Amino acid sequence: MDSEKIIETTKLTKAFGDFKAVNEISFDVKKGEIFGFLGANGAGKSTAMKMLTGLLSPTSGEATVAGFDVFTQQEKIKKNIGYMSQKFSLYDDLSLLENIKFFGGIYGLSKEQLNERGNTMIERLGLSDVRNKLLKEVPLGWKQKIAFSVATLHQPKIVFLDEPTGGVDPITRRQFWEMIYEAADNGTTVFVTTHYMDEAEYCNRISMMVDGRIAGYGSPKELKSDFNSENMDEVFVKIARGENYKLQ
Amino acid sequence: MFDRLKGIIKKEFYHIFRDQRTLLILFGIPIVQIVLFGFAISNEIKNVKIAVLDLSKDEHSTQITDKVLSTSYFDLDSYLTTFDEIDDGFQKGRIKAALVFPPKFGETLRKENKADVQIISDATDPNTGTQIGSYLQLQVQQYLMEQELKITSMPPPALINTEVEMRYNPELKSVYMFVPGLITIILMLVCTMMTSIAITREKETGTMEVLLASPMHASIILLGKVIPYLLLSFVNASFIIALGKFIFEVPVMGSYALLIGEIILYCLVVLALGIFVSTVAETQQLALMISLFALFLPTMLLSGFIFPIENMPLPLQIVSKIVPATYFNIIIKSIMLKGATLSFILKETLILVGIFFLLMGVSIKRFKIRLE
Ligand SMILES: Nc1ncnc2c1ncn2[C@@H]1O[C@H](COP(=O)(O)OP(=O)(O)O)[C@@H](O)[C@H]1O
Ligand SMILES: [Mg+2]
Repeated sequence: MDSEKIIETTKLTKAFGDFKAVNEISFDVKKGEIFGFLGANGAGKSTAMKMLTGLLSPTSGEATVAGFDVFTQQEKIKKNIGYMSQKFSLYDDLSLLENIKFFGGIYGLSKEQLNERGNTMIERLGLSDVRNKLLKEVPLGWKQKIAFSVATLHQPKIVFLDEPTGGVDPITRRQFWEMIYEAADNGTTVFVTTHYMDEAEYCNRISMMVDGRIAGYGSPKELKSDFNSENMDEVFVKIARGENYKLQ
Repeated sequence: MFDRLKGIIKKEFYHIFRDQRTLLILFGIPIVQIVLFGFAISNEIKNVKIAVLDLSKDEHSTQITDKVLSTSYFDLDSYLTTFDEIDDGFQKGRIKAALVFPPKFGETLRKENKADVQIISDATDPNTGTQIGSYLQLQVQQYLMEQELKITSMPPPALINTEVEMRYNPELKSVYMFVPGLITIILMLVCTMMTSIAITREKETGTMEVLLASPMHASIILLGKVIPYLLLSFVNASFIIALGKFIFEVPVMGSYALLIGEIILYCLVVLALGIFVSTVAETQQLALMISLFALFLPTMLLSGFIFPIENMPLPLQIVSKIVPATYFNIIIKSIMLKGATLSFILKETLILVGIFFLLMGVSIKRFKIRLE
């Protein structure tokens, strides 16, 4: 794998008043990898992601995304990324096709590109009969897959997914991860947060957050051996109990 | 860039036309208001008996008299020769109003380009009394517009009262006042409430984050979201003006260009207010509450739409001074009913411009704080 670093942070911190939601996190993501950001609710995953996507300004530390500085070059970063928010990222009162056209349009895709990629996407998802249906009539699992496809329609270098599988049934979750793999195969770097520990196994490397800090960092295999555990659930339990971990 | 803006505008129109609640507020409320308006006008004045005391008997005074009497509002009771006869007419209930031309009326008008006309109306029933007064005043002013002369009639018609308190009602509430007031209120409703809800809705659902994470600048996003409401406000305002003009004969005496310019200015102010609300409120519910109870109600009650500002207790008068609608009310009434030019309403216009920049400044700052 190409080991070029596409995201790099050093002691990146976000404080809301006195409270440090993200506390001096340092990690890097390599080009083309699937990087998992794990942690319980409130650990600071979304906040970290918002800093990387230019939605929030960091309080201190350093970070670059696609080679651009998160403090000063947020606009350039935005041109190179796709983003799926933790809440729902599409418009319920627009049809599938209208959503595709709208989001493709704000990323500056031309009419031809929109038509071509939109049609390919609809066919690949097998959604030809609902293309003109309002999204509120489409089941949640499908919507999440659509949202992912829309977030990658402009073929960004990195796609940020904030708990994309939250509230979705296990089968759809599996299908969703297949889509993530497909995107990674096509060279897109995937940065994904989740609180499902089993999903950690699907990632190339992960970082585990506890209370704003990174408490575990490496490939699932490394982490399991470091913590002497069978699976990621166990790793997480041990980390959460505060067992010592030789920090990076 | 322009294509992207167009995309956002188009999307906003989808939201508007697919949401029944939005449609109801946008088009239902103006219609309800107009129905109420219809009731208000049902005790319309018709064939009111008036007396004319013409102490000048010149070309202008006769033409004005003819114009007044040619409408369906007024019928001539009698030509008088002395002031005493006016009192007599009122007391016997023969007349409801009197039109008085002072001596040398036409000559003064020609020489000084202004002259006084006295309108006396019976305010035993204050509403009808003031209404008659303002109808008469309007006829005189229309005549002067036709003559392209400038004149001030006696400050809003003097009234003869049985009780002193009712003597002077500077607001002259009448259907004529209703149309401009309605525009003020509707524009506020559409611009402030609808935009604040539209923006907070995207914050609530999460799509605002996705928009902000896109390469599109935040100002373009906001612009795209408010332009549809600006357009719809315009449609609403034009509709009310047209309805007023063609059905209820409420004139637009000033220039349309100025009227449109001022309407745009006021829309910008209330849009900025809507954006401000959306930076304060995190949910649609809260945005609705703030718009309705903190902005809309005070505007209705304090801008002079319902109660005359002059009659309010001092603290409320002070509050009314910071309500943008107060200034727009003055502006639009002056343009529509008095044919005012920009120089007459410059102060109010500048105040609105000031409020606009203040609100935008605060909103942009708050928007940035949110993104820290
Ligand atoms: N805008 C904010 N102001 C204050 N506190 C915040 C803000 N956003 C998030 N937080 C707090 O920061 C912590 C981390 O939140 P978040 O990043 O959303 O966690 P996660 O995504 O891991 O569930 C939480 O305790 C949350 O309450
Ligand atoms: Mg989160």
